[in-house]
Amino acid sequence: MKFAVITFPGSNCDRDVYHVTKEVLEQPTDMIWYNDKLDLSSYDCVILPGGFSYGDYLRAGAIARFSPLMESVTGYAKDGGLVLGICNGFQILLEAGLLPGAMKVNDSLKFVCKYTKLKVINAGTPFTNRYSKGEILNIPVAHREGNYYIDDEGLAELIANNQIVVKYLDDEENPNGSVVNIAGICNKEGNVFGLMPHPERCAESILGDGSKDGYELFASILDYVNKRGEKCG
Amino acid sequence: MKWKVRIEIMLKENILDPQGKAVKGGLNALGYKNVADVHVGKYMELIIADTDNQEDVNKQVDEMCQRLLANPVIEDYTFQVEKMEG
Repeated sequence: MKFAVITFPGSNCDRDVYHVTKEVLEQPTDMIWYNDKLDLSSYDCVILPGGFSYGDYLRAGAIARFSPLMESVTGYAKDGGLVLGICNGFQILLEAGLLPGAMKVNDSLKFVCKYTKLKVINAGTPFTNRYSKGEILNIPVAHREGNYYIDDEGLAELIANNQIVVKYLDDEENPNGSVVNIAGICNKEGNVFGLMPHPERCAESILGDGSKDGYELFASILDYVNKRGEKCG
Repeated sequence: MKWKVRIEIMLKENILDPQGKAVKGGLNALGYKNVADVHVGKYMELIIADTDNQEDVNKQVDEMCQRLLANPVIEDYTFQVEKMEG
């Protein structure tokens, strides 16, 4: 399978994601510059990495969503392509309207950088199929604007459609004050997924607590694409 | 014709504003015990040139707020348009 990793001005996790998909997962991966407007249909998954695109000016992700390549990403997502947004990538997906809701500044007003315990709520997505429902993961966060907000009506819809994919384990583990401890959500169709924690930072046993919990997320995408290929073939 | 536009963007009223809460705590700690609530927002000024009709300016700025300057999911905005001399 083939990954695309997008670099915006101010992205700083693009190389880490590239390392995981290219070197750890051993899959062909292209890094794509935000200013290109190109057809993404030859890729099996497009990843929007973390960082501070456009300096987080105005609101995190607000300006990046108008970069030329985001038009391609939007078309790609609408055609059913797999899109993963990590941290700032998640914020961009929200601003672009590819996922519902919005980000506020953390309740603590602080930048939080630490391991958090997550609970898998939906293990049926292309991004989480190697986890099991209810499984506890240890994946680090690093953000100041990760306080996910959605109104009651929107929340009811998320729950009804099983769009909440991962939550922080409980109120105590929640690093930002997000609504019902949400850490990551997908769209109704399940092909667009955004999360605040950084799976690319714990995809090898040499890093962090050695759990490799993040690796399984990228491996889930690979499994999903391979299985889909078998079905089509 | 040139127009000066002043835009105020605030978190919607029913949304908890952690920044405002922190500033209120600071003011209360300084002894201003009568400060009951604080909301922190954003203020922007735009100069719009080459537009003759104020209605067109209003319409354009409203669109700008919807599309980029505010996030309508969590923020409300208001703006004033004033004709500039010269």
